[in-house]
Amino acid sequence: MSESKKTPTLLKVDKLKVHFELKRESWFSDKPVVHAVDGVSFKINLGQTLGLVGESGCGKTTTGRAILGLVKSTEGTISFEGEKLGLVSPKKMLQLRRRMQIIFQDPYSALNPRQTAGDIVLDPLLVHNIGNSKERQERVDELFSLVGLQKNQQLLYPHQFSGGQRQRICIARALALKPDFIVCDEPVSALDVAIQAQILNLLCKLQEELNLTFLFISHDLAVIQHVCDEIAVMYLGVIVEKASRSELFENPRHPYTRALLSAVLSGSPEIKVDRIRLEGDIPNPINKPTGCRFRTRCSFAKEICGELEPVLEEKSSGHWEACHFQTTNNQ
Amino acid sequence: MSIFKKFLNFKGIIGITLVLCVVLIAIFAPLIIPPEFATKMDMRARLSPPNMAHWMGTDQLGRDLFYRVMLGARTSINIATSAVLMSLVIGLPLGLVSGYFGGRTDNVLMRLVDTLLSFPALLLALTISAVLGPNLQNTIIAIGIAFTPYLARLIRGEALRVAQMPYVEAARSSGATNSRLIIGHVLPNIMPVVIVQSTISLAFAILAEAGLSFLGLGTQPPEASWGLMIQASRDYLDRAPWTALVPGTAVALTVLGLNMFGDVLRDVLDPRSQS
Repeated sequence: MSESKKTPTLLKVDKLKVHFELKRESWFSDKPVVHAVDGVSFKINLGQTLGLVGESGCGKTTTGRAILGLVKSTEGTISFEGEKLGLVSPKKMLQLRRRMQIIFQDPYSALNPRQTAGDIVLDPLLVHNIGNSKERQERVDELFSLVGLQKNQQLLYPHQFSGGQRQRICIARALALKPDFIVCDEPVSALDVAIQAQILNLLCKLQEELNLTFLFISHDLAVIQHVCDEIAVMYLGVIVEKASRSELFENPRHPYTRALLSAVLSGSPEIKVDRIRLEGDIPNPINKPTGCRFRTRCSFAKEICGELEPVLEEKSSGHWEACHFQTTNNQ
Repeated sequence: MSIFKKFLNFKGIIGITLVLCVVLIAIFAPLIIPPEFATKMDMRARLSPPNMAHWMGTDQLGRDLFYRVMLGARTSINIATSAVLMSLVIGLPLGLVSGYFGGRTDNVLMRLVDTLLSFPALLLALTISAVLGPNLQNTIIAIGIAFTPYLARLIRGEALRVAQMPYVEAARSSGATNSRLIIGHVLPNIMPVVIVQSTISLAFAILAEAGLSFLGLGTQPPEASWGLMIQASRDYLDRAPWTALVPGTAVALTVLGLNMFGDVLRDVLDPRSQS
């Protein structure tokens, strides 16, 4: 944390809420509301990576998409370099658009099957009318070499590439407009483990060279551990714990985080880990539990957990947690 | 070069040959064959089977079926292609906009389409044709409008599917406008369905024209069209099956050729078919 204080904040998300209204079941009932993201706050400093981790359906992808404006946020503010998105003029918004990009989970459906790889990377440049055709072609060449693809692969179609190469094309497209901030939405979970490492190393290399800031969304703690400076653990639309990477992996506090960490496979079969098994499924985000959202699956849950929702507070320096109890690994 | 090569397979060659034949006949037959050959009656040779004087036999009024099929090609092809083109011109933008934007736009447009769908296509064409009056142009309009809702529905469903693909979202997040997304990303990816559906619609349009002609609202006798010939043959099927077989085969070959051509065209336009 001491290091990150030196660099300015690039993105600040404050009490972000994204609710989806569903169709009402009868004329007399209220519309059911899915609380996909329910009050999430964090900030990311320039050149840093924040990891957003949690199981499927916890709202991590929706958070990323809301930041880019791909889904409408219900409440809360998102500021980019101190400018509140949604309050700026459409012209300014288009400029900010250029600086925020996204890399999707599935590199198979993220590429238009009827465009060549070169055209896919060229498309954002055409949208923003950057340079003349010669300059644009030079930029595409540059991007291809940046992500480790051959120049002659520009004429191939997406189906002629492997999964890893496709993800490289996605990365090249995201980089085309020279963005500062990229949402990586599970960028490696659709890939083989061997390819995962290549893509992660590529992302790290690009971050260093281009001074990029990442919001890294994943359900895979091993991947998160590899790339993130700071990690936020999400459960059912809220952040339950947030700390720097080393702090979170060494001193996990929240019972949910500890359950997640105990599920990570260790490098050696000799090391015995007491696995904490979570019972049941993640509750329905339409009818979330009262009080603490995690209490239905928490082995430490007491009476107070059903009555009062714990707030995210700083339990030790730079380590934020939302739990009524002071639980640690040694308890 | 490689594009032409991809047409050169069994399906492609047969499809192109058939379509080319029909189109050439439709264009050149009326220029070569005097138009009165189709209406010249020979009462002594009524319902005569194929022979040396009449290659394909004659109909109930002793008219030569070969000439009638040749000269009727232009009317049938003209009506079918114009009607399908018309339904495409209306249905394609309607379906694209409806499927892409969804929500209220979709609701309003699709309820309109549903209203049209609730009439049987032929009844709708019949009504339009009856209101506008029976001539070639109105027959085209009637069939074109009757076919539009089916096409619009289909395209709307495809557009809805493609509009939710991550590559459309990726382009949107780079700041692309709606029109750019629709034309550059959604349209190319629904083309396979549009091509296949259009070729099938062409076949149905030929038959729809037959239905209208039968009811006296399409092609007016004594002019020849394939549909009219098929309808006229129904009373003589037991005695003179060739009266139905000749125009029927013409329709079947045209439809077969169009379908094969459509299939190959779809494959050629699909980058995934490259080996």
